[in-house]
Amino acid sequence: MDIPTLESLNLLAVLPAIILAAYTGLLLVVDLFIPNENKQRTALLAILGLGATGVALGVQINQYSAIGDQMAFGGLVIVDGYALFLQGIFLLSAILGILMAMNYLPRRGIERGEYYSLILFTTVGSMFMALANDLMVVFVALELLSIPLYVLSAFIRDDPGSEEAGMKYFLLGAFSSAFFVYGVALIYGGTGTTSLDGVAAVLAGEALNLPLALVGMGLLLVGLGFKVAAFPFHMWTPDVYQGAPTAATGFMSVGAKVAGFAALIRVLVTAFPGAAQAWGLLVIAIAILTMILGNVTAISQSNAKRMLAYSSIAHAGYILVALSAAQFPELAQEASSAALFYMLTYTITNLGAFAVVMAIEKDDGSGVEIEDFAGLAKSRPAVALMMLIFMLSLTGLPVSAGMVGKFFVFGVAINAASQSVWLAIVAIVGVLTSVVSAFYYMRIVYMMYMRDGDEEAEYPAIKPALGTALAVTGIGTLVLGFLPTLLFDAAQRALIAGL
Amino acid sequence: MQAIFAIAPLIIILPFAGVFINAFFGRRLMENPDSPAPGIVASVMAGGAFTVALLLFIGLLNDPAGAQVPLFTWMSIQISPERTFVIDWTLRVDTLSSIMMLVVTGVGTLIHIYAIGYMQFDVEENVHKRHLHGAEADEFKRRYFSRFFTFLNLFLGSMLILVTGNTFLTLFVGWELVGLCSFLLIGFWNDDPEKGVANAKAANKAFIVNRVGDFGMLMAIFLLFWSFGSLQFDEVFSRGECMIEGSQADCITLSPEELDWNPAATSEEEEARSGAIGVLASLAPAEEGPGELNTLIFLGAVGFPMGAVVTAITLLMLLGATGKSAQIPLFVWLPDAMAGPTPVSALIHAATMVTAGIYMITRSNVLFHMAPFSETVVAVVGGLTALVAATIAVAQFDIKKVLAYSTISQLGFMIAAVGLGGYVAGIFHLATHAFFKALLFLGSGSVIQGMERGILAGEAGHGDEHGSAHDDEHHAEHDDHHDDHHAHPDPQDMRNMGGLLQRMPTTGWTYIIGSLALAGIVPLAGFWSKDEILLDANNESLLVYILLSVASFLTAFYMTRQVSLVFFGQPRTDAADQATESPGVVTIPLIILGALSVFGGLMNLPFEGFHQLGHWLEYSVTYAHIPKFNLTVAVISTVVALAAIGLGWLVYGRSPSQSSEDQDPLASTGPLFGFLEAKWYWDELYEAVLIRPFTRLSDFFANTLDWNVFHDWFHDTLLSGFFVGGSQIMSKPIDQGVVDGTVNGLANLVSGSSRGLRRIQTGFVRNYALVVALGVVVIVIFLVARFVL
Amino acid sequence: MLIEQYLPIAILLAIAIVLSLIVVFISRIMGPFRPTAKKLSPYESGMTPMGPAVRRFPVKFYLVAVLFILFDVEVIFLLPYSILVQDLGVYGLITVSIFLTVLTIGFIYEWKKGALEWE
Repeated sequence: MDIPTLESLNLLAVLPAIILAAYTGLLLVVDLFIPNENKQRTALLAILGLGATGVALGVQINQYSAIGDQMAFGGLVIVDGYALFLQGIFLLSAILGILMAMNYLPRRGIERGEYYSLILFTTVGSMFMALANDLMVVFVALELLSIPLYVLSAFIRDDPGSEEAGMKYFLLGAFSSAFFVYGVALIYGGTGTTSLDGVAAVLAGEALNLPLALVGMGLLLVGLGFKVAAFPFHMWTPDVYQGAPTAATGFMSVGAKVAGFAALIRVLVTAFPGAAQAWGLLVIAIAILTMILGNVTAISQSNAKRMLAYSSIAHAGYILVALSAAQFPELAQEASSAALFYMLTYTITNLGAFAVVMAIEKDDGSGVEIEDFAGLAKSRPAVALMMLIFMLSLTGLPVSAGMVGKFFVFGVAINAASQSVWLAIVAIVGVLTSVVSAFYYMRIVYMMYMRDGDEEAEYPAIKPALGTALAVTGIGTLVLGFLPTLLFDAAQRALIAGL
Repeated sequence: MQAIFAIAPLIIILPFAGVFINAFFGRRLMENPDSPAPGIVASVMAGGAFTVALLLFIGLLNDPAGAQVPLFTWMSIQISPERTFVIDWTLRVDTLSSIMMLVVTGVGTLIHIYAIGYMQFDVEENVHKRHLHGAEADEFKRRYFSRFFTFLNLFLGSMLILVTGNTFLTLFVGWELVGLCSFLLIGFWNDDPEKGVANAKAANKAFIVNRVGDFGMLMAIFLLFWSFGSLQFDEVFSRGECMIEGSQADCITLSPEELDWNPAATSEEEEARSGAIGVLASLAPAEEGPGELNTLIFLGAVGFPMGAVVTAITLLMLLGATGKSAQIPLFVWLPDAMAGPTPVSALIHAATMVTAGIYMITRSNVLFHMAPFSETVVAVVGGLTALVAATIAVAQFDIKKVLAYSTISQLGFMIAAVGLGGYVAGIFHLATHAFFKALLFLGSGSVIQGMERGILAGEAGHGDEHGSAHDDEHHAEHDDHHDDHHAHPDPQDMRNMGGLLQRMPTTGWTYIIGSLALAGIVPLAGFWSKDEILLDANNESLLVYILLSVASFLTAFYMTRQVSLVFFGQPRTDAADQATESPGVVTIPLIILGALSVFGGLMNLPFEGFHQLGHWLEYSVTYAHIPKFNLTVAVISTVVALAAIGLGWLVYGRSPSQSSEDQDPLASTGPLFGFLEAKWYWDELYEAVLIRPFTRLSDFFANTLDWNVFHDWFHDTLLSGFFVGGSQIMSKPIDQGVVDGTVNGLANLVSGSSRGLRRIQTGFVRNYALVVALGVVVIVIFLVARFVL
Repeated sequence: MLIEQYLPIAILLAIAIVLSLIVVFISRIMGPFRPTAKKLSPYESGMTPMGPAVRRFPVKFYLVAVLFILFDVEVIFLLPYSILVQDLGVYGLITVSIFLTVLTIGFIYEWKKGALEWE
């Protein structure tokens, strides 16, 4: 029997994730001894843990240029620029998610310490999604990511809507996870390995059973497509987003999606470059349908959370556009960095948009119809301005993060168009649908700035935590729009030795 | 590079500093709610920008080649291991952008100053409308006054980003930002108790119509990047020229230096070749097209001939220009945009923003030169717009609407000019038009406020406390409004005016000067620039020449009509009778602009040895050419203008109508006048052809397709029906037929699990899961069918 | 691993299925089957049956059953470990300790939350 050595375990390489995992376990226990009325302390402790993880991650990123890629757990896990960048996104979204929840949960009377621990658990799962270099690790991480989210969706225990959301998400999530595992099994059957590099190596040569591996790959696409809410695996999204507590929705709409893409891009680009033709077409088809469905259906929504759900489906489509360009090996790097950057802009902007929704949501969870935005510019000018920024960014108007993200994504698709005309089509559909998206995003702006609201309407007070989250996302959206080079360079450097 | 060019960034920084100050400290500056402090701050910033523009201009006099002042690297993307795509934020200071900067900041500064006086009155008026008092009123004034100047400075900065951009992308950023400012300012009074909704709708209309144009711009930029691998002006143009001979792959890899591209040098060479200034330079081979462009440009895997690609790019750019510069078919937003305060109409919707399309086409003259077909389309679109808008202007009664259609018509002149290759003429007219159209708009603002002062005075006299100003935009209502004796006349309706020349002499005389300049009377500014356009048209295309000549006849006619109705005859309402002159802060800009409208033509007199503007632009506009002065054309255009003025005087001036209820003399033409007054029914046409079908389509998508078909029918009926039916077939025969008779235990197990299964899959989750499963089936079938079998 | 090596498992599986079928059906086939209403009713010490035989359980039962899985999983992993404890050495000890720590956290959590108290 081979006993792994410390060298092959290389625990130092995954130190941030280990710190966070250990800390989360500890927090779950510590929280038991914090009295119910002081659960804000749990939140602060959670942020502290995320901060500590962030410091460790920062040190790692700093050393990355000197050390380069490392393997850990005997090759099950890879620490490269791609993983480092994504872990940064996850930590950021977790911190913002907790800041928002700190304000939101007490108002709705559902503040329980587990909420914060669950967010940390999900974050650990997400981090391993980015780190995974083996299909089994992807699967375990996927479950660690998903199960806390099921609980978060159903967190308002006495609200049937929230229960329904949790139940639906759980059932369908389990359903799609099953497909994922089945896919892993088929790939193992087809290639005799679950390691991503291994699968690629086998496919490059003589596969044991190519059809098996291909079908397995298709099933992986299903499992991860469900997580990122791509057509036709998107149907849970509106119901779950609407029913779940808004704080959880906001976190879920970025955390789960980005993690899903983290694994999807890694698996397809690293393990299946040989089958790029096969998944390339599939991804293009899914991207086109996702963008059309998300954007067109969002127009007719009257509930802001539901509208943002369809919008998040649409944005999954845009990221898929970048992924579809990654089928060409010479563009894989550029496409992945475009996707990374897009995910960063989307994370910041979408969290901001949900923070605004939380800022106007009433204590009983109502007040999130699009009509409720009427007159916001008058009663809450700062919040309305923030929402304006986020809506502009989600539409992709200059000068905002969203515009730069879209520019990169469509840019790479157009670059790839010289290889296949499908890429040109997908880029054109992307541009056209983002024009369509202006309709529903601008409706909120129109409501806020041009319509009179209920003079009597009272908005909940914005506590420092939510205020901080709003400020960070708002400023981040603008900074990324003005100086995208700052982070796009990072995204690109992340990829140089990565995929 | 001259050291002076290093100050270029200031020209953008100053307005944005104004935005910053007014946005964050504007209200605090107004300790006294009647203090004009934010306006002064904004005007100082605008004046500062103008000073910078002047200094840059002086620098260019010494070094006309200009400079590109780098600010910072905006983005840099590694496309492939060898090539990095870099977009620097670089300010381009050359002769073309300098002219634009001067016009934008110069006219902008005057309008800022004017707006101080105008907005103080306007805000006061709105306080009155909303019945605000005390602290509430003070707060209202502070908020809106400072907000207005924040937006105005933001616009100025954005417009400067547009004209100083060194890449198509920076140009596009400015393009969008000015659109945003336009949106914000049109809807500035969106909370007006009566017109708020209309104002907001106008703002939305402007924004949405412009999105169509922006789509064209964006596609053009994509195609440019695709074809030339760059968005930087010089690179795109030099690679374009290079591709006439070389292949795409070769040309893209070379830098401008390697291609030996220098726009200034090109025009100098041409000048050298022609041997003399002026005469022969006018024969510059603008009309010789570049011949067949057969180099293949690869878009995707398919190569297209370069001629087709460039034509597509330029046509898409034209679509962009029709949006921003209000040309057929996208001009419908501009008349509605007059809902904004008058300084906004003057600055954004007459003098500067709307000329962005002309600037963009001039900037891209190299590309348009390669696409003769596009040039023809541009010229015809411009000519048609000039004519159509002029006919509409003849039948309007709202003083600002007349000017709005006049602006569209004049923009048509400019577009036609650049389409004919007369870039000098286009830019020349752009500059002079900025002077006199700003003058006219500001004058109309002064008139409107004079009328409103008249209304207030009348109200005080009658002790009438009823209601506030009356909304009388619609002609239909107009006919009835005299029944209501307490209602106020619409201060914008020219039928309610008359005889204002005695009551508002400064406004009146400057307005008349502006009208004459617009009509094209020697030797005012408008004459010289319009003449140059007609000259180009005469040389290039008879059709466009005729269109433009008829349009200029109508121009002189409707301006005569307007001046007669507003300033001559007798006052037709009490309000007009009691109107008073505006304060100095309003009239002084009018006088300055009046002077500019008189002497503006000096910048480019069409005689040998002059033509300063033409030679100036040759440094930056590769295909600038200077047509030779043609006395016949000049005489014809003068005669046409004088005839129109004479006719207008006969119809309107000689026997002015006495009452605001009188019909327009031209109304006797019956349906024709109605047709013109209804603006050719363009809006109704769009409503019927575009908006209603689109609403229906999206309704169809949302309700019928997604909800009824996909959700109800596909999921509920087809999928779940199939599933339920299937499970019944599965369970019933097995349950009752096969198993029941033989093995009861097993039967119970099966039916029990089936029941259990059904119990779990309640609600829609079942459908969702089925769709997932269906997706799986499709994916697997696709993979197997395509790559395995 | 070769497919033949699964043969014993397959045989075992087949035997298990066949045997259970036989057990279920043999009495049905062999024994007399003459049902009456009395015979089919549940047996309640000779009394007349009251209400349905299947009672509803308090949800607590299920909770406890789920919590039991914690220890179940523990045993499943500890059993093989105990066989290889010598071979795995310190590495195994550390790994299993981490595993047990995680389970203990869960245990502390359920204990402190009062999930183990019946009322």
